[in-house]
Amino acid sequence: MSKAIVLYLHVHQPYRVRHYTVFDTAVQHDYFDAPFDGQTSNERILKKVAEKSYLPTNARLLQLLKNHPEFKVSLSITGTVLEQLERWAPEALQSFRELCATGRVEIVAETYHHSLAFFYSRPEFEMQVAMHRQKVEELFGQTPKVFRNTELAYNNQLAQWADQAGYKGILAEGWDPVLEWRSPNYVYQPTGTENIKLLMKNYKLSDDIAFRFGNHDWAEWPLTADKFSHWLSEDHEASNFNLFMDYETFGEHQWQESGIFGFLEQLPIEWLKTEGHTFMTVSETIDSFESKGEIDIPQTVTWADTERDLSAWLGNAMQTGAITALYAMEDAMLASHNLALIDDWRRLQTSDHFYYMCTKWFNDGDIHAYFSPYDTPYEAYINFINAFRDLEYRLLTEKVEA
Amino acid sequence: MLGWELPPHNSGGLGIACYQLCKALSKNDIDLEFIVPYQADHDIDFMRVTAAKPQGLFSAAAIASPYESAEYQLSVGGGEWLDIHQQQQLYEAAVTRLAEEKEFDIVHAHDWLTFRAALRVKERRNCPIVLHVHSVESDRAGSRHGNPLVHEIEATALQLADRVIAVSQHTKRAIMRDYDIPADKIEVVHNSIEAADITPLDSNNAYRYLELMKQLGYKVVVNIGRLTIQKGLPNLLRAAQLVVQKQPKTLFLIVGSGEQYYELIELAADLGIGQNVLFADFQRGKQWRDAFGIGDLFVMPSVSEPFGLTPLESIGYGTPTLISKQSGVSEVLQNCLKVDYWDVQEMANQIHAVLTNQDLSETLRVNGSREYARLSWDSASDKIMKIYGDHLTGAAA
Repeated sequence: MSKAIVLYLHVHQPYRVRHYTVFDTAVQHDYFDAPFDGQTSNERILKKVAEKSYLPTNARLLQLLKNHPEFKVSLSITGTVLEQLERWAPEALQSFRELCATGRVEIVAETYHHSLAFFYSRPEFEMQVAMHRQKVEELFGQTPKVFRNTELAYNNQLAQWADQAGYKGILAEGWDPVLEWRSPNYVYQPTGTENIKLLMKNYKLSDDIAFRFGNHDWAEWPLTADKFSHWLSEDHEASNFNLFMDYETFGEHQWQESGIFGFLEQLPIEWLKTEGHTFMTVSETIDSFESKGEIDIPQTVTWADTERDLSAWLGNAMQTGAITALYAMEDAMLASHNLALIDDWRRLQTSDHFYYMCTKWFNDGDIHAYFSPYDTPYEAYINFINAFRDLEYRLLTEKVEA
Repeated sequence: MLGWELPPHNSGGLGIACYQLCKALSKNDIDLEFIVPYQADHDIDFMRVTAAKPQGLFSAAAIASPYESAEYQLSVGGGEWLDIHQQQQLYEAAVTRLAEEKEFDIVHAHDWLTFRAALRVKERRNCPIVLHVHSVESDRAGSRHGNPLVHEIEATALQLADRVIAVSQHTKRAIMRDYDIPADKIEVVHNSIEAADITPLDSNNAYRYLELMKQLGYKVVVNIGRLTIQKGLPNLLRAAQLVVQKQPKTLFLIVGSGEQYYELIELAADLGIGQNVLFADFQRGKQWRDAFGIGDLFVMPSVSEPFGLTPLESIGYGTPTLISKQSGVSEVLQNCLKVDYWDVQEMANQIHAVLTNQDLSETLRVNGSREYARLSWDSASDKIMKIYGDHLTGAAA
């Protein structure tokens, strides 16, 4: 019986809102265009990440695909990062296309705008999923078959939706209170579904790479590919090790100096040394293994924080107020037929905006525990809400020829 | 302990900081005596408060603001006026005489007015002196150049001090910049606040007019502090003009007095917002507390604020705050808005955002209260006990 590493990397960049004041509202509509050297410059950040992470990582992934016929990887790439790559780092986009051209890289479905639309508007959610599918077909020549929601925010209803929509698989966090005595290293079926299968992130193994790899205080530091493969081999029954993480782990969250690229290069070599060990894409995993049982997740589970809920995005009044107001605009927005305006409205739906307004770490004094281009969550909110008011203004004033 | 004021006879934050610090220190195995330059009753049971009475003068009826370095006069006895320097010299002489009859291990002096007295005691008794800097002359003057006499006192005293305590990193940097004191001689001990010591608001706010206007949909922005150049009020008024243009139903309540009083009234009129700005003069007690209570936002736009206690008091009264980044309190307070004091447009942007967003003001209020509840003077007191320990061990050896 074969045993597979299921490596799935999530690629995303939001359109950050620039320092946008009440004096810009109703005057200038360039919320996303910070000056190049500004803290919130999307162009500068994208170019930096492309250089530090996307280009060097893709070069290594391509080499691994060439050297090891068994090596495979799954990627989810949001529409907002694809647009930015097209505009500011076409060579990085090209390198993603080259990976896909090998036929051993699977693209996972999600919302185009990396939004939480599922929890606020089903039609808007479906529209963004369709937009993403179209973009992926256009750029990578494949149609996604497995779905992941923003921040891996998952519940039974989402699985049931994905089942109805024809996806063969869906991804979720392998959170202990949900799994109880069960292991994440198998394929499962979500409650209330007919065909769809569930792959659950092995967060312990994933976080060893994504969070702990460069931490010198960690008892297991330094983590070698040899040691890591050995840990996996110790689970004799497992069929699939779901290593799900942000793509930017490689070169951005874990810097080149940490040795993360060497780890990536060595992992297939060490893992494939043993007979029966392989790599699989998410679809292949679902095709290869039977469901071990049903997983029931009525409440929403995400891959974030110790709480694994949506509190990092929807935990305070600023966050819930802003997102509710944004979706309350939906009907009027769509009725406007103003495509530029609708596009800006959708860019503001990206979950990162609400994450930047999170105050829960701020309260603990642990203000460096999260990534934000703003000095404080309050500043993030003020920029957002001023941009939101500008959307309202445009909705009332801009007339589009029907 | 040498200091210039204690509540209720204080003119500002210095007296409160000294009171709270001593109260926290008194929980340790320590015998504190606090020497002030005036005779008055203090309701204090955790330490001895002694008046340093100059010979030939019976009492100083009111005390000077310890912050004002120029143009200050004090009425003494039969109406003789002394300027702040004469007063400081009398204090020095009185403390020197008092020190001769007392037993003590260490002298801890607060701000320049007491520094010469501390030096004199060190000279006579060869005891360690710790100088606690709540503000430096350049802060008070609002620029690099202050009163040269005060500058000289600070320069000499800080050079000769065994240890210097600064109320913030901001103040530590100023001491290093203005007086070339090495960084390792200066310890930062942030001020704090004790939630339990805050007098609660009652149900009748003293600002009846503002209460009515709030019922009519107006929002109130409050500033409480001395009207001096250091406090940056002109920028707040310029920001107020921008806010009122966007949101005419906005009122600004300015509580305090000082040398800029008339200038600010004129400026408000010149900016065309005379109707929107209320000057309430210096207030104590209920009127002072209720000003925090009536506000939808408290703004401290200081040009240079060594610490700045009022934002913490404001949060204690449930009013969100906007503070200048050029303040010591911004080093410890997270759940507030922060702005560069010169950035008038951004100040207006943030004021407007709070006044027009319930969600923002509510989140600031809830998180601010949570942060406030964790504040205490104990960590400041622990740091200072350690400093005493360092110097007493040295003295005993």
